[in-house]
Formats: sequence, structure tokens, C-alpha cells
Amino acid sequence: MSPEALSHARLRQEAEALAAPLPPLLAEAEHLAQTVLLGEHGRRRSGMGDEFWQYRPARAGDDARMVDWRRSAKSDAHFVREKEWQAAQSVLIWADNAQSMGFASAKARPAKAARAKLLALAVSVLLIRGGERVALAALGAPPRSSQLQLLRIARSLAEKADAEDYGAPAIRIAPPHSRALFISDFLGDTAPLAAQMARAADRDVKGVLYQILDPAEEAFPYDGRAVFESMGGTLVHETMKAGDLRSRYLGRLAGRKAALRDLARAAGWQYACHHTDSSAQSALLWLYGALGRRR
Amino acid sequence: MPVLLGIGFTAPWLLACLAGLPILWLVLRAVPPAPVRRRFPGVALLLGLADNEAQADKTPWWLLLLRMLAVALIILGFAGPVLNPKNESAGEGPLLILVDGTWADARDWQRRVDRIGALLEEAGRAARPVAMARLTGLPEGDLLFQAADAWAARLPALKPSPWEPDAAELEDWIEGLPAGPFDTFWVSDGLARGSRGPMLRALEARGSVVIIESPRPVVALRPARFEDGEVVIDAMRTAAGEPAAYALVARGLDPSGAERSLAAGEIAFESGGSEASVSLSLPPELRNRITRFELPSIRSAGAVTLSDDALRRREVALIAGRDSREGLELLSPLHYLEQALEPAADLIDGDLLDILPANPDVLILADVATISEGEEKPLLDWVENGGLLLRFAGPRLAASDVSRDEEHALMPVRLRAGGRAVGGAMSWGEPKKLRPFPEGSPFFGLAIPDDVAVSSQVMAQPDPDLSSRVIASLADGTPLATRKRVGSGQVVLFHVTANAEWSTLPLSGLFVRMLERLAVSSRPAAPKPGDLAGTVWAPDVLLDAFGIATHAGALPGVPGEALAEAVPGADMPPGLYTGEDRRIAVNAVGPETELAAASWPGRIAVDGIAAVRETALKGWLLAGALALFCLDILASLLVAGRIAGGASRGAAAALGAWLLLAPAGAEAQPDDEFARLATSEVSLAHVVTGVPRIDEIAAAGLRGLSGVLWRRTSVEPASPIAVDLETSELSFFAFLYWPIAAEQPMPSLEAYAKLNRYLRNGGMILFDTRDADISRFGQASPNGRKLRQLARPLDIPPLEPLPEDHVLTRTFYLLQDFPGRHSSRDVWVEASPTDAEQVEGMPFRNLNDNVTPVVIGGNDWASAWATDEAGNHMFPVGRGYAGEQQRELANRFGVNLIMHVLTGNYKSDQVHVPALLDRLGQ
Repeated sequence: MSPEALSHARLRQEAEALAAPLPPLLAEAEHLAQTVLLGEHGRRRSGMGDEFWQYRPARAGDDARMVDWRRSAKSDAHFVREKEWQAAQSVLIWADNAQSMGFASAKARPAKAARAKLLALAVSVLLIRGGERVALAALGAPPRSSQLQLLRIARSLAEKADAEDYGAPAIRIAPPHSRALFISDFLGDTAPLAAQMARAADRDVKGVLYQILDPAEEAFPYDGRAVFESMGGTLVHETMKAGDLRSRYLGRLAGRKAALRDLARAAGWQYACHHTDSSAQSALLWLYGALGRRR
Repeated sequence: MPVLLGIGFTAPWLLACLAGLPILWLVLRAVPPAPVRRRFPGVALLLGLADNEAQADKTPWWLLLLRMLAVALIILGFAGPVLNPKNESAGEGPLLILVDGTWADARDWQRRVDRIGALLEEAGRAARPVAMARLTGLPEGDLLFQAADAWAARLPALKPSPWEPDAAELEDWIEGLPAGPFDTFWVSDGLARGSRGPMLRALEARGSVVIIESPRPVVALRPARFEDGEVVIDAMRTAAGEPAAYALVARGLDPSGAERSLAAGEIAFESGGSEASVSLSLPPELRNRITRFELPSIRSAGAVTLSDDALRRREVALIAGRDSREGLELLSPLHYLEQALEPAADLIDGDLLDILPANPDVLILADVATISEGEEKPLLDWVENGGLLLRFAGPRLAASDVSRDEEHALMPVRLRAGGRAVGGAMSWGEPKKLRPFPEGSPFFGLAIPDDVAVSSQVMAQPDPDLSSRVIASLADGTPLATRKRVGSGQVVLFHVTANAEWSTLPLSGLFVRMLERLAVSSRPAAPKPGDLAGTVWAPDVLLDAFGIATHAGALPGVPGEALAEAVPGADMPPGLYTGEDRRIAVNAVGPETELAAASWPGRIAVDGIAAVRETALKGWLLAGALALFCLDILASLLVAGRIAGGASRGAAAALGAWLLLAPAGAEAQPDDEFARLATSEVSLAHVVTGVPRIDEIAAAGLRGLSGVLWRRTSVEPASPIAVDLETSELSFFAFLYWPIAAEQPMPSLEAYAKLNRYLRNGGMILFDTRDADISRFGQASPNGRKLRQLARPLDIPPLEPLPEDHVLTRTFYLLQDFPGRHSSRDVWVEASPTDAEQVEGMPFRNLNDNVTPVVIGGNDWASAWATDEAGNHMFPVGRGYAGEQQRELANRFGVNLIMHVLTGNYKSDQVHVPALLDRLGQ
């Protein structure tokens, strides 16, 4: 097995392990009538689907082959077996794969990208197990619901990081009225993100902005003379007394978070911040709740 | 070598480099710490933030100081600093090293030897011939000037002696000193002595003198003495300065023959006081074992004082025949004996058979006629083993038939019937005087006062050996005191009473001296030269200068006259000397010895004994510089921000943990709460055994019993309380249930004190061994043994099996059986008084007025009583209906017991109701 295959197999294995304890995630499907694709979301009315819904007496006009002969044989009347109408949701996941996500402040701590990928795949596993359709923004293909799709997602997530320092989401493959999940550190320029959010709002795509930060980015535990470089090396800032910058840096970080929250609220999205030193399980739980929330 | 502040430098020109330090300061100051390159995604947020403080690009001043200091240390180190540089000229010509070598030297002996070693080394370097002399062991012949190396080889053999230099010998030696010029180093022990002045003058005439002396005060112990029944040990010191305390240990042989510390005290010198003393109050058995007192912290013969027979006090047992006439103190047969012996001996009172095992030195029987057969044998054994039996006559002896026809083994002579009275109202003649004591009598030489007269006596039968046994007689030749040797002991009979009834002898001082001569009382502490004249004393134990006792071996004896002077010297080292029947101690420091610090004229140089050596400081300075550089590395990293605050966080966590831990254990037991709980209602209590299961059953049993009491009687107990003997107050409870578990720990002494107080004040404990079906009380089951162990320190009266008419059988129910889960009849209570008799017509005896303090049994009552919270029985008892019957009886026993505890002998008093009613006339 090639190293790459090995790594994405491991990634998938981890994600499966993480997803295993959760009940199938059933994202609330809004405007299900407009989606033409069928899934396992019971609509509590008869329609096309796999699950049994009810028997009803056969009416005039019912096709003879629609009669359920086994049920009808128990009585004098004819019965028709109806199935529950089911629908599926589409979810687009964008896991930031830029250089900045590769940061980890301590050896024992996972890089932000690793956590982002793990969460992205775990959510994918949950969604696909629940019958949803999932797509990864990087795949460029519309959402699908199959184990094969999961494999594709895993393979795509195992790819190497992009060259640019900070990533930006792309929402063009998201079907209208679907869901989106953006996982990133959102430390780069917010303008592309705002543009994408605007497009998403145009297509009535709702979703979640999930910010992943390293504890060092939250605390800025640096002191003394230092030269700070971005992960790709494109941005450089030199200071004589790093400790002096701390309060101002923290102020800017809080401002960024507030901006993201405002952006999310304006588009009807949700926003949360996660740190790589806290548990991935709780992050997945929150995502489960956020994607399954009714509006 | 130039010297600066007591430090010399081998390469002083290097110090010029120190001038370069300010330049280094400027250079270092201009170089800021190198920046750290960090990858940090958050840099996007940092862009455009300017530094507030511009001066951060310079090295901080304290870091600069650190580096400067390190560089300065390097420069100083390479300049070759030397501490205590030796610049004095070594001197020339022959050198005399004098050592006092007394016991006062012993404490610092090794340091003195080191100092002498340094002197010899120096003299060796200067090629000076050296002579060495020890004042306590002066060399024979002329001073021998030799090469220093030869002396250095003999240095380890130089040892102090435990005595002081002999003044006369010293004088001779001074006169014999060679005239030639030589310098002297005199290693002094620091004590003033008469011989110091002449010696110093003689030495100064021959060259310069340097005194070497330790500044530490000399501490010495004086011989122990008696004062008011206590052993008093005085200590003194030369310098009356700071307050100081020394531990004092009394050593002696323990009963197994091993030497050990028998008592300890502390000698505390007050500030400015040069004398201190400590009194040890010791039981005679212990005191008689003590062989020496010492200050263990000081290795010197002066800090050890041997004790001899002067410290021993004889144990005298007094037994009088007549005890019935209480209150007539002056008529008591023992009164004058007690008065005479009290100051000099330890008196023992008691029963004859109780006294003999204590093995007293002397047993005095005052007017005791008959000795029962059971007592005679051990008494005779005791006399044969060296005891002195001293008997006094009296009316009883005169009236008895003891030693009448045959000589009694414990009487020196046969007695004639009745005795005689002279000089009384019904007799002729005057009261008889004493005849002077014959030679060979132990009383020979004692002066006889005129006023001693004898008016009554018992008469000896004129047997053939009577004359040889008489040791004192009256003017008419009739014996006053007779003596017979029995085995290695003796029996002495005074033919008069020990009080003033028959003679005035006990009123006179002669009586005391006679007792003294008979070795009934101790001898005076200090022997007079006259006492010891003509005797020879063999050394037994000798002390060396370090205060270590060794057996003397075959050393020649010492004449008594010398011993009486008690001045130790080469021919009489300090130690214990044995004579005929006693031992005398010669101590390095006698009772009159005074200690004073030696004072030297101002022109004489006095040096300490510490050997000061040159110390090269280069290594230390360079090591210090290295350490500073290490510190600099850390500091630089800190300044450059390359060390996170991990260390400080760790310290904070540790501090936090400490703060969290500290308050634990500071909580106090809310005693008041317990007291309120225990006293607001009657509550039964059980002793916590520490075995959870048993405690649980005990609590459940008392809960069940409380329920039964509540339902059936007017006693309405609150829920039972578990009592920890160590911490809980017992006086709140009338009743304690104590189940015995083999594995429970023994209560502490305080707990026993509490328990005894509880029992004496009317509390009751029910001991339950819980094993009645496998073992009866008194036999050895594990719990039975444990019960005995537990109860041994308790103040428990004599016990008996519960008698049929005990009040416990009828306090509430009429019971004759007291079963618990087992149904043994063995229940023990306090024995009824022996004079309790059953009155005719009464159903039971008139018994003790008290509640029995203990009830002991093994029927496992708690299990029979035990109910759970819901009131269901927890354990089956017996089988079927019979078992339920047994449980009912167990409950009834519990009710009776609690009723007994709470009402005492009320039911017993019911007996008297008819009589009381009768008296009331109804």
C-alpha cells in the first residue's frame, strides 16, 4: 500500500472511530419538497420511499399491482401498501487546507489542519450514514451519498496542503437550499469569505462557520525579540518585545471573531470556535447539533 | 605576595584588567539579544502593530551586571587569590612545644593534635629542631631536640591524662630546663593553675612564648551528692558567658547486667552563671545501680563523675508487732527508728512476705514475737544470704515462749521468761547504766552518754556461748544487745524496746550511732583520712582522659590516706577503688575543685587552636564565574523570550497545591455538638472496636434494644451512639457495650485513664466476647485473651458469676438466664461483699449498694438484639419457637441491664418496703 493510501486509510479509520458512538446524524431538511433527490428523511406522509408507512383501503383508480395481496388476503377488502416519502439533504464541506492550517504550537498537539480534516470526515461519515448527500468543496463534484463518496472525500482530505498561506472557500458546487460547513482558522483576509457567504445567501444555502485555532494563537505566549512569519513565509512581522504586543493582538483576534460571528448571523449561519487542545468529540457533537438544528 | 583584605594574589598585575570592564559594559550594552524566528499564522493580525518601548533593543542592565560580574570573577580568579596567606617569618632556632595534656584537653584533643601537626610541619619547613613535652607526663632527662619529622611520627601516640600536672614535679622540671635560647608554643588546656606563672617566666627567659588555647569553656561535673532525698550533681564551667545546656546521663547496670542509661537530666547554665546543678529524684533501686554520671556531649574525664557507695542508701524494712494502738505516735515501736533512720536510709513499710522479695539490706522487727512458719523459711534464707535482722524486745516478746527452751533460729540467745524491771515503782534498785563497749564489739569506741538508762529488759539464758554473742551489756553485766551470725548474715537482738518505754536509749544520740555501726544506716559521704588509715584499696575501674571507663586489671593498690585526699595523679588515676566492704570513687574533678580560665599577661600572644591553612581561591572564583555564565544563559533566553513561563507556572501550581493541602487537618472536632447529642436524651453507646462489621452489629443491637426499651418501659432512648475511646467523652453515657474483637487495637493510656474514671464514677461496661458456644469465660479463646489484655489496666473489682439473687435478675423482668445469641450461663459481675448475709425471712441477701461496674459475658447479645432500620431482626437466634423464646429472653436481659444501670439497686431496696410500711404504722 502506498504511503498516501495508508494515510488516508488511517484518516478514515480515525474518523469512523470518532463517528461510531453517535446516532446517525439526521440533518433537518428544509424545503424538502423542492429537492428532487430522495433520502431517508421521513416526511410523515405517504410518498416514494423504502420504509413502510401504512395500509389504506384500495380506491377506485388504484392499479391492481399496487394492491398488497398478502394483507388483503386476511380480510375481505383490498389494501394498498403505502410507503413513507423520504428526502435527503445535501451538505457541502470545505475544510481549509492552506499553509496556515499546518500550525501546531506543541509537538503533542495536532495541527489545525489535522483536526479540521478529522472533523470534516467525521461529519461526512455521519451524514452519509444518515443517508445525506455530502460533497467536499475540493472535489468539485456535486454531493453524493455513497460509501464511494466517503472514500473520495477521505482521499481528497489526505492531499497535501495548498501553497497559499490562507485559504478561501468556494461554494459554486453547492446545490440551492443545501447546507454548508466551512472549517478554517479564518485568520486570512475575510473579504473572499464574505463574498462566498453572500453567494451562499443568494442560493439559500445555510451552514456553519467553524473556526479552529491553536491555543498559542489564542494566548500569544511569546516574549522578547522575535520575528513572526506566516506559515508560507509571505508575511513577516518583527518586534522587539513580543510580550508588549499581546494585548493588542488579543484585541484584534477578538475583533476577528466578532466579525465572523456578525457575518454568520447576517447570513443565517452559525459560528463556533474550537481549539486544538480540546476534544474532537465535543467539536463533533456541536457540529451534529448545529447541522441538525431546525430553523 | 601583595595582600588585599586578607586575600593575597599571586599574579596581581592581572587585576589591571578590571579597568577594562566599563568598556565591556558599553560593548555589551549596544548588542541587543538576537531575535527569534517564529512561524505563526496569527501574524496576519500582527501586521501594522508597532513596538511601544524602543529601548528593548538594548541588553537589560541586570543582565549586563551579571555578565560583568562573571568576567570580573574570571579576572580575579586568574590573579591567583589566596585566603590566609602566610607572610609571617617562620622563626629560627630550636622550638619547644608544650602540651598540658589534662582531662580538660581531651574535648578538643584531635584539633590540638592537628594544630601541633601544623606547627611541626612549619618547623620542618624551617628546619628547626623541635622538642615536645607533656606536662602531665613529663619526659625523663633533658629536653630532646629532634627533627620535626621524628616528632610528627610520634604525634598520634600523644594522649592526654585524666589528672592535672603535679606542681612539685613541674617545679623540678622547670629548674632542669636547658638554658639555651628556644621559642615555645604552649598548647594550654585553658585552666588556671598555680604552676602557670613560674613556668611562663622560665620559658620567657629562654625565648618567645606563644600560647595556643581553645576559646571554648571547660565544663566539669562535681561528684554527685545527696540533698533532701535527691541526687544533686553540680556542674561548673570556666567562662560565665552565654546560657548553655548540656544533657546529663546517669549510667549503670540494668538488671540483666548490661550498662545503659538509667536516668537523664539537663544541666543548664544561666547567662553569666558559671555553676549549675541538676537534681535527680530516683527510686532507690535505680539509684543504687548508678555507677557514673556523665555529659555525653563532652568527651572528657571532667565531664564524668563516678559514684561510689556514698550514693547508695541502705533499704531498711520496718515491721512492728503492735498495730492496734493507733494515734499514739510516740509510743509506736517504730517511731524512734524511723526518726533515726529516715535521713540516712530508705525505709520500706509493708508485710513481711511482701518486703522480702525486695531484698532489703536490713529488716527490723520491733517487738515481733512469733513469726509464722510460712514466713520463717524465707526470712531465714534471706538472713543466710547476707541480710541483717535487727530485733527489738518488748512486752510481746517478753510474754511469748519464743526461744525459751530452745534457741530459735532467728534469735541470738535463749530468753528467760518474763524479763525484768529495775528501778520501777514495784522493784528495787536504780535503772541500769551501760557498761563501756568491749573491744571486738561493733560499738567499740562509742562514747556512752550519762543519761542512758535501762529500766526493763528481757533476760538471756546464761548459755555457754552467751558471752561471745554479747556486743553490749549493762553495768551489771546483763546483755543489752546480742548478735549471732547466720550464714553470711546476722541476727541482732536489742534486749530493750525500740521506743522509750523500757530505756532512754532511743532518745540518745548513741542509738543513732549504734545503728550506724551496725551498718543499718549509710556511712557519711566523704571518708576522713583517719577512717582509711592503714588500708589498701585496689583500683577496680579507671577513667581515661576522654572519660571512658576501663577495667583496671592488675594495678597496684593505693593507700587509704592518699585515697582520702582524692587528688588524682599518675599513681592514682581517677576511678573506682575497692576496699573491704565498700568502694570509693576518685574523680578527675573533686568536690572542692574550682575551675577558672587561665589568664595570660598581655605581652603573650594567645592563638586559637584552629590550624589555619592557606586556601587558594582560584578554583572557587572560576567555578563562580561558570555558574554566573550558566545563569546568564538562562537569563538571556528569558530576555529573548525563548523560555516560556513554564517554570513559574509550575511554581504557582506547587504553591497552590500547598495552600490546598495546608488547611487540611486544621479542622477541630465539634465537641459541643457531640455533647449535646449525647446528653439531650438517654442514649445507649457502644465502643468502636475498629472492626467495621462488629461495630455495625453493635450499633444495630443497641438500636434493637432501644426499640424494645421504648416499647416496653418508660426508658425512651435516643438512637445509639458510637464512642471512640480515644476522642469521645465517656461521662455522658451510663452504659457502654464493648464487643471484643481479637483484632481491635489496645486503647492508649489516656483512654484507659478515661475508662477508669468512668468506671469509678458509676458507669457500666458490658464486655461481650461473643464466643460463648466455643469457650467459657476465663478460658483461652482469642477473644477471651483479648478481653484479658484489654481489661488488665482497668480498675475492675473482684468478680463472681452472677449470683441467683443478684439485682440484675429482677430489675424489670424476673430472669435466671441471660442468653444472647448464645445461651451460656457464664455472666460475671462485681462480687458481692463477703459479709452479705441472707436475713431470715428475706428472699435474697442484702447486697452491695452499687451498680456493678462491669458485666462480662460471651453471649453475643448485640446480635440477638440487632434490628435493621425497619425493625426486622438481623440474625436468627436458635431454631423456631425456642429460638424466638431465647431472643425474647435476650431482650429481657437487655431491659433488666439498662434498668439496673439507670435505677441501681432500687429493686433490692424493695425488700425493705414491708419494714418501712411497718414503721409508718400502716
